[in-house]
Amino acid sequence: MAIPISYNIRNLKLRKGLTIMTALGIALTVTTAVFLMALLAGLDKAFMTSGDALNVLVMRKGSTAELSGGFDANLFPTLKTLPGIATDAQGQPLASGEWVVVVVLPRKDGTGEVNVSVRGLMPAGVALREKENNSHGQPGLKLAEGRWFTTGQREVVVGKSIHDRFAGANVGDTMDFAKGQWKVVGVFDDGGTAYDSEIWGDVNQIAVDFDRQGGYASVYLRATDPAAADALKHRVADDQRLKLEGTLETEYYEKQTSSGGAIKFIGTVVAIIMAIGSSFAAMNTMYAAVAYRSREIATLRIIGFSKSSILTSFVLEALMLSLLGAIVGIVLILPFNGMTTGIGNSLTFSETVFSLQLTWRVAITAVVFALVMGLLGGFAPAWQAARQDILTSLRA
Amino acid sequence: MTLTRFVTKSAFRNKRRSILTVLSITFSLLLLTLMMTVWHTFYVDTISAESAHRLITRHRVSLTEAMPAFYREKIRPIPGVVAVAPNNWFGGIYKDSKPENMFAQFGTDPNEILKVFTDFKIPADQAQAWQRDRAGAIVDENLAKKHGWKVGDRVTLQGTIYPMNLELTIRGIYTAPIDTESLYYNQTYVEEAIPFAKGHAGMFAILADSSDDVPKIASAVDTMFHDSPEPTKTESEKAFQLGFINSIGNVKAFILSICFAVVFATLLVSATTMAMSIRERTREVAVLKTLGFTRQSILRLYLGEAVLVALIGGVFGCLLAIGLISGLAHAPGMSFFLSGMKVTLSTLALALFVAGMVGLLSAVFPAYHAAKLDIVEGLRYLG
Repeated sequence: MAIPISYNIRNLKLRKGLTIMTALGIALTVTTAVFLMALLAGLDKAFMTSGDALNVLVMRKGSTAELSGGFDANLFPTLKTLPGIATDAQGQPLASGEWVVVVVLPRKDGTGEVNVSVRGLMPAGVALREKENNSHGQPGLKLAEGRWFTTGQREVVVGKSIHDRFAGANVGDTMDFAKGQWKVVGVFDDGGTAYDSEIWGDVNQIAVDFDRQGGYASVYLRATDPAAADALKHRVADDQRLKLEGTLETEYYEKQTSSGGAIKFIGTVVAIIMAIGSSFAAMNTMYAAVAYRSREIATLRIIGFSKSSILTSFVLEALMLSLLGAIVGIVLILPFNGMTTGIGNSLTFSETVFSLQLTWRVAITAVVFALVMGLLGGFAPAWQAARQDILTSLRA
Repeated sequence: MTLTRFVTKSAFRNKRRSILTVLSITFSLLLLTLMMTVWHTFYVDTISAESAHRLITRHRVSLTEAMPAFYREKIRPIPGVVAVAPNNWFGGIYKDSKPENMFAQFGTDPNEILKVFTDFKIPADQAQAWQRDRAGAIVDENLAKKHGWKVGDRVTLQGTIYPMNLELTIRGIYTAPIDTESLYYNQTYVEEAIPFAKGHAGMFAILADSSDDVPKIASAVDTMFHDSPEPTKTESEKAFQLGFINSIGNVKAFILSICFAVVFATLLVSATTMAMSIRERTREVAVLKTLGFTRQSILRLYLGEAVLVALIGGVFGCLLAIGLISGLAHAPGMSFFLSGMKVTLSTLALALFVAGMVGLLSAVFPAYHAAKLDIVEGLRYLG
């Protein structure tokens, strides 16, 4: 027969101080782990929802990022006329030759300078990205404020993260980079993806300012459907004369999630070390719980509760203690949910902004993590409780 | 029985509990020491005395923009400049694009780079062999060890920025004060293969006569090119590297918050233990008082006990940290940021101080209660 759970709950309540302190210790460990996991979840979200599966990104063969090198602009007409490219209302193919460059901007809060990606694109580049819904089933790119840049003007449109994090990134402001000033005419919102950390302007203006005329770093092609996207990708690579390579835009961003490698590594080390420490603390508390109740346990045995039900009961008590810790830990992190921070992207050499995402998966992992700590800390004391000698305990 | 012996005895009267507490504190302090060491490496250490004499010049707009190569000759006559060498990022792929095969490759002038990086130790004959071979390269000793390279081996790097492959022969292996994970080749090789690479430089490494000259040179260089189409940004080598660290995110806040969580968790663990152990001894306290121990001495006894347990945990934690850091610095992909990480004496001292303080604070409340315990009440206490 099992010992009712209310017995354990009462015991935890009886020794409030000890319960609270141990649970808080576990909670701090959980908070740290949740914080790190939520960071990674946010980072994954920023990259995994970036791009669109129908957009084919064409770069020079061997290039791993849009930042490295470029190719002759003469290849653009060939690319533009490939079969399978969607057209706009005027029947023009949705193809855009682009440049991505990096500039340094000071942060709004004065904590230093940050590398920011500036993308030069053709009007078709905006058209092929601007849509109701993207291939991830999320709201696609849209203009949040102002208007798009005009071709031939020194005008830029900034991503939402740039607008939020940098001074002088409001509509009507001017930004100072490369060879002069740029007028901010709009703000766009892509739902927290990598694009939100970019500044967009006319490709020719950008090319002139950065001495990159006569070529493109990349060309974006909008395919009519997924099959056409795949065919386009292969067609570009198979044409030996072009010396180019095509990737689906989604694949390109998936590769960039590796920027979180350092956080992942440090986070795992930190979480494991803290968990070991907390397990020992939980073990201490549970040993004390068993020691205080040795007579009680012996009585339970005499009444007829089996060794296994005593074992289960104490393990459950430890698990409840850690569960309490997990809940407190998750609650502690709630105020930080959605907080944004930037991370250096090793592929684009600039900062990508992402937010802390306390997803269900993170919360569940945290609970499991806490339960494992409780189990590690609670099993040995429970084992001792179950096996103690009845007579000696009653006499104590 | 002396007072110290009494404290030691009572600290370990419940062996299992004391050991568990020590272990718990050990792991917390291990983490704290790790974090403080990372902090120290990033923000306090200067790599070497030579490093304090060096500056890096790059394009004002960003690291990815190139400057005209002739800037080198304009920088050279600035008072205090001893040597200037270009440093061009090649960004090539060795074998495949796995992170463990990633390392830095710089195109430079073999005749001058070693005059700037005076702390690179390389046998004179190897340096000469490199200077004579246009397709030669020198590599960091640790990098050579990692890939099993020897002098005379061939290394092929697939270009990502430049449409070409570098086929290099290792002519020398250098040792640097910290692991640089770098390969240096002759920039002329790239310039001859790719005409558009000619006349551009990504960075300049400058050696100053003294560290006092460093800020003067930095402003002299930047002022000189301020109004040109390609303005520059010059900073000390340390500041330049800090820029990289800051690009990972807000590392300072990150480390601080982890440290804070760890210290607070340790405090809780230690306080729980002390509360348990002092409560158990309520009767004993009453007996001590009857024997004539004053409030102060009882307070001191328990505080001493807590500090002792915490310090033992602290010592173990520090020892573990020293062991782990030497292992961590060689983990794949981490060496770039964590190379040269060493646990300093001041870090250890600080960690032990924190451990002691945590022990002290954790015992203040329970010990205070024990000290002002009413004797009769205490003797009646059943526990």
